[in-house]
Amino acid sequence: MVLARHNDRTVVTMENDYRGDPREFAMVVPVPTVLSRGQIHVGETKVLDHLDAYTAPRLVEYHDPDPCEVERRMRRSLDAVSESVVLPASAQPGRASGVTVEARYSVGEYDVVILSATESNGLEGWLRANGYRLPPAAGRILGSYIRQGLHFFVAKVNLERHQGLGRSTLRPLQIAYESSRFMLPIRLGTLNADGPQELFVFTLTRAGRVEPVNYRTARLPTGMNIPVFIKNDFASFYRDMFDRQVKTEGMRPVFLEYAWDMAWCDPCAADPLSAKELRQLGVFWAETPSQSGAQNVFVTRMHLRYDATTFPQDLILHETADRTNFQGRYALQHPWQGESRCAASETYLAQLPARWDREALTLAELTGWTLEEINRRMDRKVLTVEPSPTWWQRLWKQ
Amino acid sequence: MGKLTGWLPRDPRTCQTAALSLFLLYGVTRLRLPLSAGDVTLTITSALATQFFFSRAYRLAHFDPRSALITALSLCLLLRSATPVGMMLGAAIAVASKFVVRVGGRHLFNPSNLALVLMIAVGWGWVTPGQWGNIGITAVVLAGAGAWVVTRAARLDLSLAFLGFWALILIGRGWILGDPLEIALHSLKSGSLVLFAFFMLSDPKTTPRGRLPRVAFALAIALGGYLVTFWLFEPHGFLWSLVFCTPLAPLFDRIPGLGPDPLPGLRPTKENRNEETLSCAHPHRHLAWQRLGLLRLLRRQGGHSPLQQQLSRGPRTAQ
Repeated sequence: MVLARHNDRTVVTMENDYRGDPREFAMVVPVPTVLSRGQIHVGETKVLDHLDAYTAPRLVEYHDPDPCEVERRMRRSLDAVSESVVLPASAQPGRASGVTVEARYSVGEYDVVILSATESNGLEGWLRANGYRLPPAAGRILGSYIRQGLHFFVAKVNLERHQGLGRSTLRPLQIAYESSRFMLPIRLGTLNADGPQELFVFTLTRAGRVEPVNYRTARLPTGMNIPVFIKNDFASFYRDMFDRQVKTEGMRPVFLEYAWDMAWCDPCAADPLSAKELRQLGVFWAETPSQSGAQNVFVTRMHLRYDATTFPQDLILHETADRTNFQGRYALQHPWQGESRCAASETYLAQLPARWDREALTLAELTGWTLEEINRRMDRKVLTVEPSPTWWQRLWKQ
Repeated sequence: MGKLTGWLPRDPRTCQTAALSLFLLYGVTRLRLPLSAGDVTLTITSALATQFFFSRAYRLAHFDPRSALITALSLCLLLRSATPVGMMLGAAIAVASKFVVRVGGRHLFNPSNLALVLMIAVGWGWVTPGQWGNIGITAVVLAGAGAWVVTRAARLDLSLAFLGFWALILIGRGWILGDPLEIALHSLKSGSLVLFAFFMLSDPKTTPRGRLPRVAFALAIALGGYLVTFWLFEPHGFLWSLVFCTPLAPLFDRIPGLGPDPLPGLRPTKENRNEETLSCAHPHRHLAWQRLGLLRLLRRQGGHSPLQQQLSRGPRTAQ
């Protein structure tokens, strides 16, 4: 879900990870106004993928320098630490009476209906009569939205047009409206499937970070050094770390994963989105498509796992003046593998096991993985240490 | 009550400072609030410096840091800014408002409240209502009990009346919408709501003097909060409601039939008329404004200094 918002103008991009039969797919979204055809659009999945990649938690790799060289450089008061490759995370986002059909539209592969209703029974009946399967508890929630003066955006897939497009996946639907309500209706989602739901909320705003008003925001743990084998298993690490955080916090907060000015990144998990891509995501204030780079766009990435118990209310959001950058970032510190031998290299090699222990412990705390498993997967190859020559050996070149 | 609180420091502000410090410690250590020791230090320093400056400017008998410290701690709990300068500015605005924004010798606004809404309005700061999460009902009761002890129950009627009205509004709204009770309870268990009710709303200097007027005032704050939250769909409903209602607080004491009914010990007496401390938090010092009004009048006549010295040596019954 992506919300681009400035003042009361809002563009919502809705992508669903639905993988089943398109005939079975439908979505019902409460909306604050009756939408005209021009306010509904079909977006491109690849732009959302780009936004996901740009904002995803990331690994950054550091390589220990040759300790002997460091010693030499230190004598010259130079710093030898260098930063190199960056890996993007392969993160997955996350009837009848009283019903007025305000409009019917054909948009891309979707058939869209805008409904207004005066009573939940009527709306529920209309939806069932038109082939929508609703969970039993949906009526009560729909009734609440009706009494709040909301309308309903109902979309299902038009099979003919979908097949005509030759796509296997469904493209994201976009709606644009003006409303002072800055909220995300999540209550219907709690009725959908078994177990808690997973939701990624991206917001694109001008002033700064967006956060929920009625739920606590927790920042994802960040800035830790973890074992280097995670480079090949970052997706598992991220998934299990998030699971662990959710459990630790009792599935109550919304997790902040990224907050950054869209004009740059450091390190970059993917390039910042271009002005054209931002406009595709509804950033109507972005400059003309020909202009590269983006200005005055602050991106916030929130991640929540929710059910009706811990998230009984819809998400009420607000934009803050906070432009502080935040990212989920984890460092891999590769040990030095060179051949130089000196007093500094002996000291360096001697401290490596303790450093690996700390990294293993950090990883265990972050993910809940056992230390045994972590140690098994860590390449704790202790480099053979040739004792450095003694002063008399150096004296007589023995 | 007297026996229960007999072991506490005589000045409620000492307890209030301790309570706010504990909240701050809990927030930073357990909830990982984005607040550094430097931010806290600079905010407190700014508040104390402003208090010192105005104490000198207004030629008060002595510099009293307690209420400024409480204001600074309140802002540390609620205000967030991109830089420590924003926090310092917020603290300076809050403390300065006690001296500058006065009508009839009385604070026009709750100092922390005014600073918060100004910082939000100009975009130099923000408030995170969700930062305290949703605490359990037990915690709400404990916070209330704590506030009862800390404030000597001086304004607890206002806090409880406000929470009662707000609960009625939320439960009533939920009933009309057909929502489950959990939704109203979820909002009522907000840590920010509890902090607002027990530690901001209860400022004796900016609330009506009588009990019934205070209840009416609580109703006005709750209705204003409802209007802002559910009609204007703006966050910080209570902060906005309070900033608009506080200047009207004296009018509530004049509502026919309600009338001021000061709590025991708060009736104007010869002794407490001689109060000389400027405080926003002391529940027993609501008459300080009268004295300040007198001081201002005398300043204009150029004859206040000798009298002020005399006043400062006067009996201090409220301590």
